[in-house]
Amino acid sequence: MSYLEYNVKRVPTGLSKVLYVNWALVILLTAVASVGFLQLYSVAGGNFERWAEPQMQRFGLALTVMFIIGFTPLWFWRSMSALGYSVSVILLLGVEFFGSVGMGAQRWLEIGPIRLQPSEMTKITVIMAMAAYYDWLDIRRVSHPLWVALAVVLIMVPAFLVLKQPDLGTALLIVGGGGMVMFFAGVSLWYFGAVIAAGVGLVAAVFASRGTSWQLLRDYQFRRIDAFLDPSLDPLGTSYHINQAMIALGSGGWAGRGFMQGTQSRLNFLPEKHTDFIFNTLAEEFGFIGGVFLLTLYIGILVTCVIAAMQSKNRYASLLILGIAGNFFLYFAVNMAMVMGLAPVVGVPLPLVSYGGSAMLMILIGFGLVQSACIHRPRERT
Amino acid sequence: MKRPPKDSEESARTISRRAALLGGAQLVFAGVLVLRMRSLQLGQAEEFRLLAEENRINIRLLPPSRGLILDRTGALLAGNVQNYRIVLVREDAGEPRAALERLAQLIPLTPEEIDRAEREIMRHRPFVPVAIVDQLNWEDVARVAANAPALPGITPEVGLTRFYPFGAEFAHSVGYVGPVSERDLEARENPDPLLMIPRFQIGKIGLEREYEDTLRGSAGHRRVEVNAVGREMRELDRQEGEPGANIQLTLDRSLQAFTQARLGEDSAAAVVLEVQTGNIVALASAPSFDPNLFVRGISVADFNALRDNDHRPMSNKTVQGAYPPGSTFKMVTAMAAFEENLAAPDERVFCPGYLEISDRRFHCWNRGGHGRVNLTSALAESCDVYFYEMAQRVGIDRINAMATRLGLGERYELPLSAMSSGLNPSREWKLERRGADWVVGDTINASIGQGYVLTTPLQLAVMTARIATNRAILPRLVHAIDDVELPVPEYPPLGLRPAALAQVQRGMWEVSNSQRGTAYGSRIVDAALRMAGKTGTSQVFSITQAERDAGIRRQDQLPWNRRDHALFVCYAPDTDPRYAVSVVVEHGGGGSSVAAPIARDIILAAQNGGLPPLDAYPTAQRNRIESMIREITDRIGPAADPNPGRSRA
Repeated sequence: MSYLEYNVKRVPTGLSKVLYVNWALVILLTAVASVGFLQLYSVAGGNFERWAEPQMQRFGLALTVMFIIGFTPLWFWRSMSALGYSVSVILLLGVEFFGSVGMGAQRWLEIGPIRLQPSEMTKITVIMAMAAYYDWLDIRRVSHPLWVALAVVLIMVPAFLVLKQPDLGTALLIVGGGGMVMFFAGVSLWYFGAVIAAGVGLVAAVFASRGTSWQLLRDYQFRRIDAFLDPSLDPLGTSYHINQAMIALGSGGWAGRGFMQGTQSRLNFLPEKHTDFIFNTLAEEFGFIGGVFLLTLYIGILVTCVIAAMQSKNRYASLLILGIAGNFFLYFAVNMAMVMGLAPVVGVPLPLVSYGGSAMLMILIGFGLVQSACIHRPRERT
Repeated sequence: MKRPPKDSEESARTISRRAALLGGAQLVFAGVLVLRMRSLQLGQAEEFRLLAEENRINIRLLPPSRGLILDRTGALLAGNVQNYRIVLVREDAGEPRAALERLAQLIPLTPEEIDRAEREIMRHRPFVPVAIVDQLNWEDVARVAANAPALPGITPEVGLTRFYPFGAEFAHSVGYVGPVSERDLEARENPDPLLMIPRFQIGKIGLEREYEDTLRGSAGHRRVEVNAVGREMRELDRQEGEPGANIQLTLDRSLQAFTQARLGEDSAAAVVLEVQTGNIVALASAPSFDPNLFVRGISVADFNALRDNDHRPMSNKTVQGAYPPGSTFKMVTAMAAFEENLAAPDERVFCPGYLEISDRRFHCWNRGGHGRVNLTSALAESCDVYFYEMAQRVGIDRINAMATRLGLGERYELPLSAMSSGLNPSREWKLERRGADWVVGDTINASIGQGYVLTTPLQLAVMTARIATNRAILPRLVHAIDDVELPVPEYPPLGLRPAALAQVQRGMWEVSNSQRGTAYGSRIVDAALRMAGKTGTSQVFSITQAERDAGIRRQDQLPWNRRDHALFVCYAPDTDPRYAVSVVVEHGGGGSSVAAPIARDIILAAQNGGLPPLDAYPTAQRNRIESMIREITDRIGPAADPNPGRSRA
């Protein structure tokens, strides 16, 4: 590397940053959110004020937050990683002792007028912390058992606190997000193989334990699993929701029943139609085409992120972008698998589409970090 | 932290490799999602579409309007009237108790009704309309409608309910409807889904029950879209049902009214038949009851009063009551003897007041005896001994056969409830049911309509019509269904020997036209309207020795339910018979004094097509008859108001 070459590249500053915003990502995110607005308008029976309008306001706000984070230099966020992680863990401990339980068992912390949901924020801070950890760690020690163990502890502490809330969905997303950063950082594949093997073993043990004295799950949890495996067993009980969701999805057919014509959602047969099961309303009204279209938008976001990560020569930036993208993938993959009957019902919303401000804000904060990494990539002078 | 370039490049390579690996895995997962969507949305779309339709579409039945029941002139006997009721929707009305109390300021509601309505409301989901008051009149409904803004969630509604304009007059023949009960459902193999509608009315007794399927009509339906909790969102389509068929009866409204009023509060029954057609023009059982009470839901007190009344108002005595026919049976015995040439009509039998048969003495009602009697005088004076003599000659088998020929012991094909077949006893019957051989004493008793013989008033009228016409006429009640007249059957001749029949008819003529006749007091003086008849006084209990010792000699000294039944049968005019009438007054006393005058009034009314003409009565009786008829006509009310409304407390 020559002196000349060193001088040619520089990080954009001031207003020129606007030029380097990853606009493709902004457009894709807005497109996904717009699908959400459309469906929220539809499931409210043509009522704009009920869900669509507040959702649009939140999206506008969250987008602004994304840009503010994006225009803030990446080094700042890198230096904030350890602090953010610590604050998250402290807040999680805080809700453990002082939090209040709201709908859906997620814990909130009320500090004056602000309602904080530390578990949401932890998804991001864990990824930031892991990216910083592997940026700091000598690349040759990545697979050293000690350093792997330290990473696992860093992930498991907040994940365990979230699980205790209890919020299985978010805990899985935290573990998944952190685990993916470890994977991208180059931790030996053997570790992952071992974890998968252990997971399979655990599932087998859970099933083997049923009805014995060392039963690992409560009866109602087993029943949920049964309902997932065979929803027709108990059509009006545990399986009612998933059955109705499948009917909504399946009845959409190739091109759907038409905008605002979905009977399952319009007549309230579909549970949680504006939150967790909003994908089914889309699939009912726009059919296979609509479903694949949304999935394509999501994949577009992933591809944009992967390209951005490849372009970046900064290890922290790459790991951060891939971690955020991986977290986003887990979000929509778990939700879609759930609403299609491929996974048990865990309360994971469809990112940017389901009604709800907290999750949307956290996702766009994550993409704000991605934008920051994109904008502050050293570029050749033009 | 500066990294050596080599290190940095290795990092980038690792990240790219791993990103490609995981990205590939994510694409595979996305592919799985697409395949899943394809299988559900393209492969099983039909199946799921069907399930979605099943979810959202409900079929609601539209009750058809019930067929009307009319008399022979087209007067309405059973119709449908608008039934105003108030329905409340909880989610619109707010707190039910407060809403009901607001309503109670407008229409009379008892605290019990409010309590019951509140319970009913809380049982249903908040959007379900619940009927809280029924059978309102128009003023009450108008008051509620006018105050609609102050009564959110409370709306007047109109439906159809059965109404019987003439109330008690046709209660026994037409019957009544009521809400479907569990037993009604169990009794049916494959119940019409209509019966599942709450408060749906079906025929409970009488014609309403027997012609239920004809009157009911068929249900229409509407397909409605409902949401997940069952609330109706909109109507998709509607198909009106077929209203039930109208049934026109052979009964005549004005004659029925007169007959019912003439029987009054006695426990009695009367039947008027057209002798040529068999049409039943009046079928009255007294006392009667108001069938509208049952439609509205009878109160326990009203029901108990009806059930515990010893005059049995709910029983249709014309077909359900089986009475010993007494002397009205004597025509059967006489005809049995003459058909077989076992006696000559002018043969005389000596009546000393009793007849001794195998050491047992059978008395004539006239202890002094009738002297020498032939058939005509035996019928006219109702001499028992003559018939004891005939009975010995013909035997029970021939009496039984003749009774059958004259229509006794038979349950006719009529749309009435719980019809009795009476009892036309035979040797086989006694052996089978009583386990004993028939003895001559049984025959003697049977010959004067006592002993085992039981007949219904309708059977007696049929017997009289058959004697009047020598044809095997059968009673009919239904004239037309939906304006299509049912053909009057061609009744086959009975084939009784005309000479013998003429003698019996002559005897019956003398009963009410000869000075020695038992019903001479009830004669008709208008030659064109004259009747031929027969009295009957049938013993229910003999006056016991103990009672005799206590000084009881006469019927009116006995308690009511031990007195004799009074009977009378007749046809008129005597020369060319048109009507046959039978009257039974339970425990009424004597046939000639009690039943015959009633029968005369009825048969005169039938012939006159209105009230009995005064100049048909003997001059001496006219004053009394005139005031009696006035009294009766006062009792006949006009058709009732279908919406009497709720009396304000």
